Amino acid sequence: MTDAGYVITAYAVIIGGLGLYTLLLWRRLRASRGRDDEAR
Amino acid sequence: MKTRILGFVALTAVAAMTVIGLFVVPADLNQGDAQRIMYPHVASAWLAYLSFGVTAASGILWLWKRDLRFDAVALAGAEIGVMFTAFAIWGGMMWGRPIWGVFWQWEDPRLTTTALLLALYVGYLLLRHLTDDPERRATRAAIVGVVAAVDIPIVHFSVEWWRGLHQTATIGSPDRVLNPAAPMVFVGTLLGMLGAFTLAWGYLMIRRYQLARADVQREEAARLDRLMSARTAQPAR
Repeated sequence: MTDAGYVITAYAVIIGGLGLYTLLLWRRLRASRGRDDEAR
Repeated sequence: MKTRILGFVALTAVAAMTVIGLFVVPADLNQGDAQRIMYPHVASAWLAYLSFGVTAASGILWLWKRDLRFDAVALAGAEIGVMFTAFAIWGGMMWGRPIWGVFWQWEDPRLTTTALLLALYVGYLLLRHLTDDPERRATRAAIVGVVAAVDIPIVHFSVEWWRGLHQTATIGSPDRVLNPAAPMVFVGTLLGMLGAFTLAWGYLMIRRYQLARADVQREEAARLDRLMSARTAQPAR
């Protein structure tokens, strides 16, 4: 792999992972609030 | 609303710094494009330290004040810290291969102590699943969180204390804070990425804390329900 390939792979996993975690956290929080609303 | 604004600012900052790191800043004279990995790699490592530091401090505060909100902060720090440690390791591997010729070397103290840090906090997260009692869980986790934090300064100063493949700190070593071993355009970009990632970290910490609090409150409500059901199920005397 070229240097550029390593750079793109590093950024893709780090920035993509950050985005994915944010999205999953947001969905977990929304599901949690949904369960609270149902309980009420 | 304020948290949403923070999230939007963090998203914009991370996107802008990614574009700057990849396309705007010139390539390093010696390392070429591979050096661009430094920006998210160092920022991730810094946030791993910060996250686990927050976990340890919150653990101490839980042991002292017995307020479960501190345990929620500790959990948020540990989970987010594990993510940033994994990012730092991944970035380091992708940077190491073209520069050192290897992805990983167990003999290197920085790499090995960072892998240990990751294992310690994955263990911390697993430990939290061993009991449903929130107070017992918080106490056990606090002790592990504080003990595991001993590895943070070992990771950071390992490059100063022992020889290995990993370079010494660019700006984080005590004698280089005002005299960094890199051109200012690189240091400025690194600080920009640090700022952007720290904003994202702040947003994630708030959201993860909110989730942890909601989970504990639901657990408490379920426990009270069980107690009430057990009481009503007992025959009247």
